Amino acid sequence: MTAPAITTPMPAPTPVRATVVQVMQRDTRAIVGMVLIIALVGAAIFAPLLTSYDPTAIDLGQQLLRPSRLHWLGTDIQGRDILARLLFGARISLSVGLGAQTLALLVGGTLGLASGFYGRWVDELVMRIADVTLAFPTLLLLIAMVAAFQPSITVVTITIGIVGWAGVARLVRGQVMVVRGLEYVQAARAPGGSDVRILLRHVLPAVTAPLVIVGTLGIAAAIMAESSLSFLGLGVQPPTPSWGGMIADARDLSQLRRAPWTSVAPGLTIGCAVLAFNLLGDALRDATDPRQLTRRLARQTQP
Amino acid sequence: MNTVVSSRPTGGLGDGATDPLLSVRGLSKTFPIRGGILNRVTGSVRAVTDVSFDVAAGETLAVVGESGCGKTTTGRCILRLIEPTAGSVTFDGVDLLSLRGAALRAMRRHIQLVFQDPYASLNPRMTIGDTVKEGLTIHKLAEGAAADRRVQSLMEEVGLRREWATRYPHEFSGGQRQRVGIARALAVEPKFIVLDEPVSALDVSVQAQVINLLQDLQRDRGLTYLFIAHDLGVVEHLATRVVVMYLGRIVEMATADVLFSEPIMPYTQALLSAIPLPDPLAPRDRIVLDGDPPSPADPPSGCVFHPRCFHPDKDVACTQVIPPLEEKGPGHWAACIKQPAGTSDFFLPAAALRSRRTAVSPAT
Repeated sequence: MTAPAITTPMPAPTPVRATVVQVMQRDTRAIVGMVLIIALVGAAIFAPLLTSYDPTAIDLGQQLLRPSRLHWLGTDIQGRDILARLLFGARISLSVGLGAQTLALLVGGTLGLASGFYGRWVDELVMRIADVTLAFPTLLLLIAMVAAFQPSITVVTITIGIVGWAGVARLVRGQVMVVRGLEYVQAARAPGGSDVRILLRHVLPAVTAPLVIVGTLGIAAAIMAESSLSFLGLGVQPPTPSWGGMIADARDLSQLRRAPWTSVAPGLTIGCAVLAFNLLGDALRDATDPRQLTRRLARQTQP
Repeated sequence: MNTVVSSRPTGGLGDGATDPLLSVRGLSKTFPIRGGILNRVTGSVRAVTDVSFDVAAGETLAVVGESGCGKTTTGRCILRLIEPTAGSVTFDGVDLLSLRGAALRAMRRHIQLVFQDPYASLNPRMTIGDTVKEGLTIHKLAEGAAADRRVQSLMEEVGLRREWATRYPHEFSGGQRQRVGIARALAVEPKFIVLDEPVSALDVSVQAQVINLLQDLQRDRGLTYLFIAHDLGVVEHLATRVVVMYLGRIVEMATADVLFSEPIMPYTQALLSAIPLPDPLAPRDRIVLDGDPPSPADPPSGCVFHPRCFHPDKDVACTQVIPPLEEKGPGHWAACIKQPAGTSDFFLPAAALRSRRTAVSPAT
């Protein structure tokens, strides 16, 4: 011992992580979003248990039946049960949404990290490609890319993921440029840390919060994109059920007039799914906003 | 431009007794200024110009000067956290500036840095134990339980309790955080530590504790310090020798005793006169310099200090000749063309400085 141990540390405030959960628990948006997402994921996983109908079985004697006790949401033009198609369609929409967004986060995150950390020509190159990607009308780009290959769930997932990377890369780059200048990142270099080590241990943890938020919001966008492609016939091919495809099947005028449930049900489902992820993403963003945290903490600690 | 210093044989800029551990020659760093819509280089800031000095093993060389004079840049250039534009840095016989990649990272083990701001220099998402351990892991000095034991003994050595290793930086005070920063630097068992204003962000009462800790560590571990500071009171207490910098250049260099008792340079005299005295009623005469330090993007011609200099012999030559850093007395280096070498009859002997009653009117 060369120096006397001095005073004990200051009283530890509640760890930030716990506080984010606390704030989320009080946020109606977060709760509604989470409940909807759990319901959707449950529907996708347990689809065969939740309905006894085959989503692809055509029964021309049962065309366009109104919602009833037998068919809760009615049947479509080919006599297929709409609820069954929605449940099985959730598998497509959610897996494309999650898969595409994971890809976008991986590609965009890696390029954004490199771009923000190394700067110079790496930054120039990555950001100009991102600019070009963002300058394209998204749907047009999606159509062009899917059209170049055979439409399938893999192609659709990869396509949507690749279109989504640019936004992620921009966000990550901006965050990294701030973090890179912080002294503790310089301090990590002094004992001889390699770039990879510094990026993974010091830079990445500082940008995960915004990544989680854009990731959540991005899933909603990816579900929308998948539905749009399926609506245009460029997504998952029939007879595999998909929400966008269901609306496409129901889009002629006489059906809209005489059997509105064929388009309203999948439309509302898409709306709910997108809303759920957006609500959760917004709630996450607000909960991780430091100003918000301090305010809520202050309110909590008031006598 | 080549000053007398750069062309001198090496070894002349240290304490003269031993081979230097660290030898800096002609170190310069120029930062480009970019501007305009095309982001082209429109000018440059000369943060450090032709800095040369030696540091002997076991000594504490203090680098002082006001904000923006290039002290911190000099320190970071030695560690290669900033790449110097020109010059050489030799450490223990190895040319640091020629090292690349893995060799550079391996060399970093021997030279460490303690940062000025104990709040910004610790990763808020890592426990302080992990922060201290990082260097051990990088250089494979210890692993697993052995690494944890090393971390604990390091923490006790700097006056922190071993149980605190699992806590996060926000739970600690500034002084405690700075101890963590010191433990992190010590973890890789360096020979040389650059202390970049290690106490200027701390309360005065805590400053003394940290300074004492640094002195104890130097004695116990045989460390060599490059101590960057602007608090001359701390420097007088800690330093073996002192380098005074102004606008990126060394203007004076001497042992601490000599510098504080017989400063040659008008700038050094002005700095010394600014040291706060404990007694507020004590008679004192501050040398108040005219104006602000010039912009390093557009430094004055000749002697960079000439626009603010109050030397009675100042003349037009000062605006034209860049004064070389010359040995004016034994081990006492200064960059002033108006001070003859080899005489002790310096303008404004500093022994009189702190007790003089008449104000020095700055020359215009």
